[in-house]
Amino acid sequence: MKKINTPLMENVIADLKAGDEVLLSGVIFTARDQAHLKLCELIGQNEDLPVNIAGQVIYYCGPTPSADRVIGSCGPTTSSRMDPFTPPLLKKGVKGMIGKGRRSSGARDAIVREKAIYFAAPAGAGAYLNGKVTSCEVVAFPDLGPEAMHKLTVKDFPLIVVIDAFGNDIYARFN
Amino acid sequence: MRTRYIDAEIIKNTIKDLCIQANTILRPDVLEAIKELYRRESDGFAKNMLGALIQNADIARRDKLALCQDTGMVTVFITVGGDVFIRGGNITEAVNEGVAAAYEEGHFRKSVVADPLLRGNTGTNTPAIVHIDVIGGDKLMIAVMPKGFGSENKSRTIMLNPTAGSDEIVEFCVETVKLAGPDACPPYVLGVGLGGTMEQCASLAKKALLRPLNIASSKPHLAELEDRIKKKVNELKIGVMGLGGASTVLAAVVETTPTHIAGLPMAVNLSCHALRSASAVI
Repeated sequence: MKKINTPLMENVIADLKAGDEVLLSGVIFTARDQAHLKLCELIGQNEDLPVNIAGQVIYYCGPTPSADRVIGSCGPTTSSRMDPFTPPLLKKGVKGMIGKGRRSSGARDAIVREKAIYFAAPAGAGAYLNGKVTSCEVVAFPDLGPEAMHKLTVKDFPLIVVIDAFGNDIYARFN
Repeated sequence: MRTRYIDAEIIKNTIKDLCIQANTILRPDVLEAIKELYRRESDGFAKNMLGALIQNADIARRDKLALCQDTGMVTVFITVGGDVFIRGGNITEAVNEGVAAAYEEGHFRKSVVADPLLRGNTGTNTPAIVHIDVIGGDKLMIAVMPKGFGSENKSRTIMLNPTAGSDEIVEFCVETVKLAGPDACPPYVLGVGLGGTMEQCASLAKKALLRPLNIASSKPHLAELEDRIKKKVNELKIGVMGLGGASTVLAAVVETTPTHIAGLPMAVNLSCHALRSASAVI
């Protein structure tokens, strides 16, 4: 299995093919529906973003809190809800996305255009993924509670490439 | 008739314990169904993923972690005997206090917003959805079902014609799973409600998910229908995470209720593999 690190370099992305299983290490940023809405509003107004997302990986996740651990349960949420927000975020420099399920053709086209990549993480296994996260802090939109943006450091986070930079899509058979 | 008094505090504490149990300990019948798929699965990737789900259940139980980060919105089914009198509060308040306490103590995600348009989080994961049935006797039966919205979003209802047969029912199930595709954490469980009115078949579909997956309907025609649905949906070969293999559904569970001469309301409540519920009798 390939091991990759964030931030994702163009040559690393170019080497990955849909269906590849990878272990990802480094920093990733959580964002789900409301954070996407806010980020895209800021982009639309030409405002600075609270996090420099250039070259970064966004994880569609709203973790459970934890009293005595780094993080609680932390699996992926459904990616398709983020489809309308994906083109502007990729244009702004986001290189990778982690979630679960299919993407729209618009999101897939943006992935190809911006040479980005979309991964799926094991779905419905949030307790299992807990052990792959070594640090967690809220970095933007704390008022959103579970939907705030968290900066996570992950070690060997298990993923599968769903859509590669060339537009190959392991879920193409469902379209 | 002798009145039996039950303190609201007992209901609150029971709800709290059930919510924590449901979110951290996978139902034995669901775990067994996943293990059975694991044993039978021949596709390497699917087998690994099913193995991860079994590990996930072990870790959640051991570390008291939520099985899934989407600890859901809580639906509570209560059946109360007419001889019961609740003392020191009322059922709805006690349920909501119990849910709020569980989500705080269990460190579960609070995912409920007060208004569907304004979207401010209530901060307590309440209100819960409470269904109350009154029957004879002096018992109070409680079942809690926290359910995430990844799969709730893919649930559907249809008002079929009264002349519709089981083919149309099976077809609607297949169509529902096809629309969900790989998005809602397969292998799925299908809770199917037939009959009643539009809103009643929807709550029945959810209630159906309470039945242990290894127990077929006691009505032969429904047991046969459950079997057909499962076989037909499995032909879609969606598989774990939508990556193929034989594991698309764990089970289909069908419940029925009387309906009108002019209709056949139907609902499919789609559940992910992390089907969570817990129940108790007071």
